[in-house]
Amino acid sequence: MQLTINGKARSFEENDFSVARLVQSLELTGKRLAIELNGEIVPRSQFEHTRLANGDKLEIVGAVGGG
Amino acid sequence: MSDLLKIADKTYHSRLLVGTGKYRDFAETRAAIDASGAEIITVAIRRTNIGQTAGEPSLLDFLPPEEFTYLPNTAGCYSADDAVRTLRLARELLDGHKLVKLEVLGDPNTLYPNMIETIAAAKILVKDGFDVMVYCSDDPIIAKQLEEIGCCAVMPLASLIGSGMGILNPWNLQIIIENAKIPVLVDAGVGTASDAAIAMELGCQGVLMNTAIAAARNPVLMAGAMKKAVEAGREAYLAGRMPKKLYSASPSSPTTGLIS
Repeated sequence: MQLTINGKARSFEENDFSVARLVQSLELTGKRLAIELNGEIVPRSQFEHTRLANGDKLEIVGAVGGG
Repeated sequence: MSDLLKIADKTYHSRLLVGTGKYRDFAETRAAIDASGAEIITVAIRRTNIGQTAGEPSLLDFLPPEEFTYLPNTAGCYSADDAVRTLRLARELLDGHKLVKLEVLGDPNTLYPNMIETIAAAKILVKDGFDVMVYCSDDPIIAKQLEEIGCCAVMPLASLIGSGMGILNPWNLQIIIENAKIPVLVDAGVGTASDAAIAMELGCQGVLMNTAIAAARNPVLMAGAMKKAVEAGREAYLAGRMPKKLYSASPSSPTTGLIS
């Protein structure tokens, strides 16, 4: 399955998995982040229940220093 | 004396709001913010580094959101759509947090705000339940419109972001302050402590700055200076300054009892 994450194309062997599984495989578990899937925010409470499909575009963001 | 800053129904002791960017490291960021006494700190929302962040410390480790009021910003956004998207992500990131700093830029060289896009974004965000502190030009009509839209604070620039040029148009700021029913804070352009004091003496409710502290030779020392300047300026404003006159025939020492 092909996903675009933060503007970069990435391939995954699995073909059907959840946002929670993606977060785990990216070693981001426990980090404070927010995720947008195809332009829509996925609430943290929905990570387990939200399935990803080939071609999905994700933005994964966090807080950084800024003025 | 109890003189609290009130923004969107929450009160704060400190009238100095600070950014968290441009510091050498997180330890220096933390030390400077402690010295500033700031309770509200701005953060930016950016893509997470994938695959190289495991175990790496984050800003939030040094500045726990339980300890400060986070003010997520839309720095780097050039359209209303991007700004709204960014702040919706921020709200999710910060567990439903509503207080945000809206800024929509118009030009990458000057970082001057695009007020047409800013107004469009403010309308959407207010309708969506955000408490919007809005960075804006020092145009009194625009500031009033932002208030009417429902923003909880207007934050006109003193001069351009990162310029350190100080307060270039105190007269416009004065008109904005006189007309406003919501807090007016100077955001951007402060270069040194006296600039912050002048902003407060004009009647601003607070000052927001980042570069003036972070780019000082000694940021922690400058953070302390800014804290004092904001407090001094506020007290001078409340005290009410003596009127200016060209000269005075009223010396401070008695005119009688002089030896002859």
